[in-house]
Amino acid sequence: MANDLEAIKDPGIPPHVNRKADTDPLAAKRAERQVAILFALSSFGTLLFIFAYVAIPDDIFIFLPVMGNTNAHQLFLGLGLAFSLFFIGIGAIHWAKTLMPDNEVTVQRHEFRSPEEDRKDFVKTAKEGAAAAGLGRRSLIKKSLGLSLGLVGLSPLLLLRDLGPLPGDSLTKTGWKTGTRLVTDPGDRPIKPEDLEVGAVAQVLPEMLPGEDHRKLTEIATDAVLLIRLRPEEFNLDAERLSWTYEGIIAFSKICSHMGCAVALYEQQTKHLLCPCHQSTFDVTRAAKVLFGPAARPLPQLALALDAEGYLVAKQPFSEPVGPSFWERSS
Amino acid sequence: MTARERIAGTVANYVDERTGSAAWMKKNLNKVFPDHWSFLLGEIALYSFIILLLSGTFLTFWFDPSAREVVYEGDYQPLAGIEMSAAYASTLHISFEVRGGLLMRQIHHWSALLFMVSIVVHLLRVYFTGAFRKPREFNWIIGVGLLTLAIVEGFLGYSLPDDLLSGTGIRIAHAIILAIPVVGTYLAFFAFGGAFPGEAFIPRIFTVHVLLLPGIFLALITVHLMLVWYQKHTQYPGPGRTEKNVVGYPLMPVYMAKAGGFFFVVFGVTTFLAAVASINPVWLYGPYTPGQISAGSQPDWYMGWLDGLVRMSPPLESYLFGYTISWNILIPGLIVPGLMFTGLALYPFIESWITGDKREHHLLDRPRNAPNRTAIGAMALTFTLVALINGGNDIIAQQFELSINQIMWFSRIGIIVLPPIAFVVTKRICLSLQRADRELVLHGKETGRLVRLPHGEFVEVHEELSPEKKWLLTSHEQSGPLELPETDQAGVRRPSAIRNKLRARMSTANAEAVPKVSSKDLNEIEHH
Repeated sequence: MANDLEAIKDPGIPPHVNRKADTDPLAAKRAERQVAILFALSSFGTLLFIFAYVAIPDDIFIFLPVMGNTNAHQLFLGLGLAFSLFFIGIGAIHWAKTLMPDNEVTVQRHEFRSPEEDRKDFVKTAKEGAAAAGLGRRSLIKKSLGLSLGLVGLSPLLLLRDLGPLPGDSLTKTGWKTGTRLVTDPGDRPIKPEDLEVGAVAQVLPEMLPGEDHRKLTEIATDAVLLIRLRPEEFNLDAERLSWTYEGIIAFSKICSHMGCAVALYEQQTKHLLCPCHQSTFDVTRAAKVLFGPAARPLPQLALALDAEGYLVAKQPFSEPVGPSFWERSS
Repeated sequence: MTARERIAGTVANYVDERTGSAAWMKKNLNKVFPDHWSFLLGEIALYSFIILLLSGTFLTFWFDPSAREVVYEGDYQPLAGIEMSAAYASTLHISFEVRGGLLMRQIHHWSALLFMVSIVVHLLRVYFTGAFRKPREFNWIIGVGLLTLAIVEGFLGYSLPDDLLSGTGIRIAHAIILAIPVVGTYLAFFAFGGAFPGEAFIPRIFTVHVLLLPGIFLALITVHLMLVWYQKHTQYPGPGRTEKNVVGYPLMPVYMAKAGGFFFVVFGVTTFLAAVASINPVWLYGPYTPGQISAGSQPDWYMGWLDGLVRMSPPLESYLFGYTISWNILIPGLIVPGLMFTGLALYPFIESWITGDKREHHLLDRPRNAPNRTAIGAMALTFTLVALINGGNDIIAQQFELSINQIMWFSRIGIIVLPPIAFVVTKRICLSLQRADRELVLHGKETGRLVRLPHGEFVEVHEELSPEKKWLLTSHEQSGPLELPETDQAGVRRPSAIRNKLRARMSTANAEAVPKVSSKDLNEIEHH
């Protein structure tokens, strides 16, 4: 459009304006001193760093506004290092800006496109090379090479096979078996219904087998369960799910059905469980039905019963896999 | 000849006789770099990377990347006697017993945040000024690759200490892998060496974090910089600056001093932050165990938008023939980010397809002079910002005493409604700014001085702009939309008419502009 009719002409690069230090030797001398002072401040920073390293004990705390109590040793190490680095930088930049030449230079750009002749030569060379290799004519070589190149990629893939075991059915299993006692976490004490007041919530794990004295995180990641006690009439459950509770005590997997975080926030007033990761909200009175958030499934409920000694046990294993969804999960 | 010159001469001679590098050095020491503050953003990213390498190497001397369980017996009393992974215990050791260790950890974390910020702001600068146009498309793609890797690298980095917060992050990553259809379960078991969390993951991501990804970074950054060097830097429009030249300061000595100095400034500022501002105090979180969590679990900011997308996702899952597809994880966790980054990487090609512009560009655009591009950028930013805000919805709800459900609904609706609004508003603002530029060139700038004319009229004196300013406001190019007639010259309908129609419509939208001042306009003014 208007491009060939430019209304305003390019006035060109404005003339160079001398800085004070360019013309006045005194100003130049002053600038030199300023640069030297900046570099000296850097050296001071290093001294501060050394002083902090050897002389400031690591149990003194200083109150910094906004930041709160700060360890003096770390603080002065940091400040010393920061000064020593920062002022080298500022000194160099000040030097460049005041004393080094500030004449702008103009250079021409080169065109990236190669000259026509080179491009032709390149195509010719490439064609000649391909022809010399005879890839086009010898289709047997081409095909067999293609096949072997395709196959050779399989070896490294296969080598990665031993990174881990096949999943098998391990995602559908937990440590909860019929009759497994619920024990407190932490503490590993078995629980009687009367230990839990109405409104209380407790984290429980399956009792360790005889001879075990240690839980793996992998086990906790499937077995963590929340125990919550309501008044029985507060439940809004079908007959089967109601039979899984015991005198108002209901148990859910603590591992979120969305992405596996611990669903740890229990709101006593509303009887909602909330996952702090993505705010999925579950209604305890309705078998952990999802009220809000991205979770698509309720938390799996663990059926409860009492054993002969009056302790809470699992009536049966979880009826569905716990934790986040996966492809092979059937519902 | 002074002694110093003699030594320099001897060294140069020695090197040149063995490498023939004098000609190359001569040319490149005089390399010219244009000066502008916004060109420093990429430099900050580069320097942060160097700081990350230095501080990270220091940390590896003590960090024990192992999930093996140990009982903590270090200086930090609140955790004494607690079982934890060796990774977490060694992180505590670095924080409390290695002198300067906490400082180095904080330098490492702060410079990682700075690395990400500077990459993103650098990307925005390149985008909004059109620096990605031919011949710099390769570098744009490398840049998008670096951004993607940096996000992954950052995530792996803050996962390594194996504290309660970072373990929760790994848990979520595990769930995303699990959600991949068909192979997800297998991938998860291979990556974690079995069921979650297992003991294999921490040492594996350590190798990726300190060896594999930094190696790829080094290679990509080298190519990125070599291309900048070879293609010469873009420059902002202005008097004397053309598509054919580059105006600036020579590498030796000015640019070297400034850039080298700037490295120390970035390092100094990062260290200052690390000295006074605590970051990721892992000792407060405790060791990771899958049964616990803390309220307000947040990722670092560059993952926050992703978390925000996951949080706002509707609870969708499909169960087909006994298999589960978790749309509530797949869409926000993989599909949407995949589309965003693909769109980002392809943008230069999309724009050049719309404009039909296949020429080289070395002069940058003022964002207002490319209203469509600027508006698309504002739209994408709005989308990401809404997602980022939702990633902190629990903190926002708490700080401002709002309902978390309402914030979530705001985000769910806002992420669809607000980006188009941002597009329209931004485009209008750009066109208004173009109009303002036109007014300025035609009528000069208002001085606020009122003058009474002999016949009694009051007028405000307008002061004419300087020739430099006028040139700046009119030197940009304005080209009309692509002409893509439905039939060719012989009257035959062209193939792919629908595609051409779409292209023509986008091209028309893209070419929308306030006409800049032409010589005709100026003539009219003179005859006024």
